[in-house]
Formats: sequence, structure tokens, C-alpha cells
Amino acid sequence: MRFEVLVEVSLRPGVADPQGQTIERSLPTLGFAGVHGVRVGKAIRFELEALDEPAARAEIADMCDRFLSNPVIEDTRVTVTATDPAR
Amino acid sequence: MTIVGVVVFPGSNCEQDAAEAVRALGAHAEVLWHGEATVGDVDAVIVPGGFAHGDYLRPGAIARFSPVMSAVAAFARDGGPVVGICNGFQVLTEAGLLPGALQKNRGLAFVCDTVSLRVETTDSVLTCAATTGDVLRIPINHFEGSYTCSAETLAALRAEDRVVLRYVDNPNGSVDDIAGLCDAGRNVVGLMPHPERAISDLLGSSDGVVLLRSLLEAASGRSSRLAS
Repeated sequence: MRFEVLVEVSLRPGVADPQGQTIERSLPTLGFAGVHGVRVGKAIRFELEALDEPAARAEIADMCDRFLSNPVIEDTRVTVTATDPAR
Repeated sequence: MTIVGVVVFPGSNCEQDAAEAVRALGAHAEVLWHGEATVGDVDAVIVPGGFAHGDYLRPGAIARFSPVMSAVAAFARDGGPVVGICNGFQVLTEAGLLPGALQKNRGLAFVCDTVSLRVETTDSVLTCAATTGDVLRIPINHFEGSYTCSAETLAALRAEDRVVLRYVDNPNGSVDDIAGLCDAGRNVVGLMPHPERAISDLLGSSDGVVLLRSLLEAASGRSSRLAS
């Protein structure tokens, strides 16, 4: 099966996010007064061939742990969507 | 003559400074291209500063896949002295040779300055010729140099006396003022400051000499042990 994968990498709670803090401090100067808790991360998208969704998720978890994120400071959130469910 | 291998990745930019500093102290410097899966017959390895592989994904994240890194890891496991400077420190943490990680500086500021470092232990390949409590003036030049690690790792670093250098006046938000640390074997050291840029009063400081001389002493001590 083919899957579309979105891996969102973000700093773990408690890890200082100076980019997020800077954005949060800047928004009020444009009149956006109600913004709180800004966190900056990155999004990694790719397509993956795998036997089924559990197999895809297991492989992605391994990728995240060993390469796509640094588990010391980063968390990941994975979204998997099957693109050809008929096959 | 002691041979120091200086690893070069695409994007490294401090390898000539490191090689020049090593030569100025009377050793031979050999450049090790990242694509070669060997460190040859070097007595010590320096992983220099720069932007290895463009810092893509995270600083050091891609460099650890370079063939030379397996050879550096094997050399380190064998007790060989390995020092990672600045981006080289980031590479060593990503490669798992040192614990923790380097994140963006506190205040999101790129810091380019000469700072004071306190030698915290002389039981490492980078400080064996120094004196505990020495304060050294060494340049720093980084954006992602704020050292962080888990509470358990920090406790272990303290308990095992593995914090090698601390900032006197913390410039980047590093946890516990850590500027440099070593692995459990004490032969792998990573630090954000650049001792290779402080080897002559003409450069503003010669305080880096005692650190690099430590590395050369550790290297020659090891090679004579291996030879005997």
C-alpha cells in the first residue's frame, strides 16, 4: 500500500523555543493581541510504500527516532493517510 | 611525530585553522575527507567547526552518516582521543558519541565573542595539561550552542566529573554553564568554543594552546602505549 506521511517535528514541552517566543512577542505589534503559546517546528512530508498501516507506522516511528528528530529535544507527531485503499 | 586527523565534511570551514594550530604546536595534521571510511594511522581526531552538510535537518544530523564517522566511532571506542569543536561537537552528539544536544542560543542571538572558560577537570584528553580552576579566554562563534540534556544525563555528567569546561558568564543559556564535556571513557570531548583560534597573542589569546597541547599529549601517550 502507498501512504502519504506527514511528520511534524516540534521542540519538547519545557525546551526553550526562542523562535516561538520571538514570534509571540512580535504579533501584538501588528495588532494580534490574543496569541499565546507559539511553538515553531518543521513539517516533513513524504510517500511511503508499506504492507499495511501498522507496518508503515512502525517504520516511520523508527525513522523519527533515529533520524528525523533528535529525541533529546524534539517530539514528533505522525499523520498517515492511505492513498490507494482499493489495492 | 604525532599525527592529528582533521575531518572535513562538505561545509566544514574551520579545518585549516585546526590543522594550522596543530602544526604550530609541532604535530602533523592530516585532513580526513568525510567520504573515506578510515581515519588511517592518526593518533587523534579533531572534528572541526563549520556547517557540515549545510546543517540540513539539524546541525550534525547528516554528518553522522558520512563513512568517516564509523571510523571515528571505532577509533573512539578503542580509546583514541577525539575532540569535536563547535559544529564538530554537534556532530558528536548527533552521532551518539556524546550525550545531550545543542539547541538555539537563549535569546535567539548568534554569539561571536571571546569568553572566559573555567577548567573543571584535568581528567580528559583536552585538559590533561591544564590546571583545574584555570580561566581561559577562548573565542565562541555559534547560533546553536546552548547545551541541553535530560536531568538523568546531567546528574551523571556531574557525578562522574565529565563537565570539562564551564562558561564563567554563560553566553547562550547552556544548562549548568556547560561549555564542554567528555564521554565516560574521557577520550571524547566536545566543546562549543574554538581553542584553535586562540593559539597566539597576535590572535587575541594564546589560551587555546594548553587545550591543544593536552590533546597532543594524550595522543602521543596513547601511541607510545600502543607501540610498547
